Amino acid sequence: MKQTLRRLSCLSLLLLSASSYAGDHQYLRMGMPEAYAQECVGCHVAYPPKMLSAKSWQRMMSNLGQHYGTDARLAPEKARQIEAWLVDYAARKGRRAYEMPPEDRITQTRWFVKEHRHVAPPVWRLESVKSAANCQACHSLAEQGRYDDDELVVPKGVTPAQMRAFLD
Amino acid sequence: MPDSAKVQAAPRKVSAVFIKTEIALMKKNPLAVGAALCALWAAGIAQAGGGTSPQAQLQRWNAQAEEAGQAARGKAFFTQRHGGEWSCASCHGNPPVADGRHAVTGKTLKPLAPAGNPVAFSDQARADKWFRRNCKDVLSRECTPREKADVLAFLIQTPR
Ligand code: HEC
Repeated sequence: MKQTLRRLSCLSLLLLSASSYAGDHQYLRMGMPEAYAQECVGCHVAYPPKMLSAKSWQRMMSNLGQHYGTDARLAPEKARQIEAWLVDYAARKGRRAYEMPPEDRITQTRWFVKEHRHVAPPVWRLESVKSAANCQACHSLAEQGRYDDDELVVPKGVTPAQMRAFLD
Repeated sequence: MPDSAKVQAAPRKVSAVFIKTEIALMKKNPLAVGAALCALWAAGIAQAGGGTSPQAQLQRWNAQAEEAGQAARGKAFFTQRHGGEWSCASCHGNPPVADGRHAVTGKTLKPLAPAGNPVAFSDQARADKWFRRNCKDVLSRECTPREKADVLAFLIQTPR
């Protein structure tokens, strides 16, 4: 029985590996540390490292005791691993997200604001969205680090007049 | 550290290394690597999971609290605010058998009650970690063993 279970879980693991590879899972290819999935992704979507500069990631990681209202301190080894990965893939000089926005918030970078300029303010506050930190509400594959326009979904409650952001 | 925890620490490490290796190698040849690791796994070399159960965790808190956790007290504790902005239910919902939703980020959370989520309370270190974090957010202090026993008694009794 146990053996069968193990084989079964193996099979599903195999299928999973194949399908996520085929589906171009950004984070798999980038070698995302387990710690990022275990710790950070508990509370929020796995924000892509390239959405902030290394300096912002470093400042954030050195202040986890006050992480946007919660104490998110980690075991030093895990914090070190996560920071190294974020810095490795951070926005480089010349890239649009090469910024240190206020409070190191991705949502306060100039490119984020520009990119979302057609999103009406009430849309951010919809129950189905709740927060600009909730990328997943519209970017259906955000969990895999993918933010292509053709993967956008319209969250519940968006009115026809507010559709512009999703069309162009 | 209790003996049972010592025994469990080893397989957890193995599976972490296992996953890391797999992710690293999968970039090159996903299917072959997957198959090879699977064979190993089927042979029983790597075992996943932290190897505890909700019941076992409840017993542990009961022992530390020196009384049995009470579901009714746990329910009140879980759904009330404790001076701060949030209750446990703010993120985990009420009843917590359905998906929860993070009060700040909006992220969907797996149900906290074991009836809705077989993985909940299957790993002592993970449960301890989140108890520590979440209690601080809700009560500005750690939860006592009695509070944890109460909450767990409530969660275990929450039906589907
Ligand atoms: C601000 C949101 C938030 C609040 C409030 C909150 N939690 Fe959590 N809780 C989380 C998140 C996020 C996780 C991790 C979920 C995951 O990894 O899938 C979690 C996980 C847990 C776990 C781990 C269960 C397991 O074995 O996997 C326990 C135990 C827990 N919470 C208890 C509580 C208790 C008790 C309270 C109230 C004192 C509380 N939580 C309040 C967000 C919250």
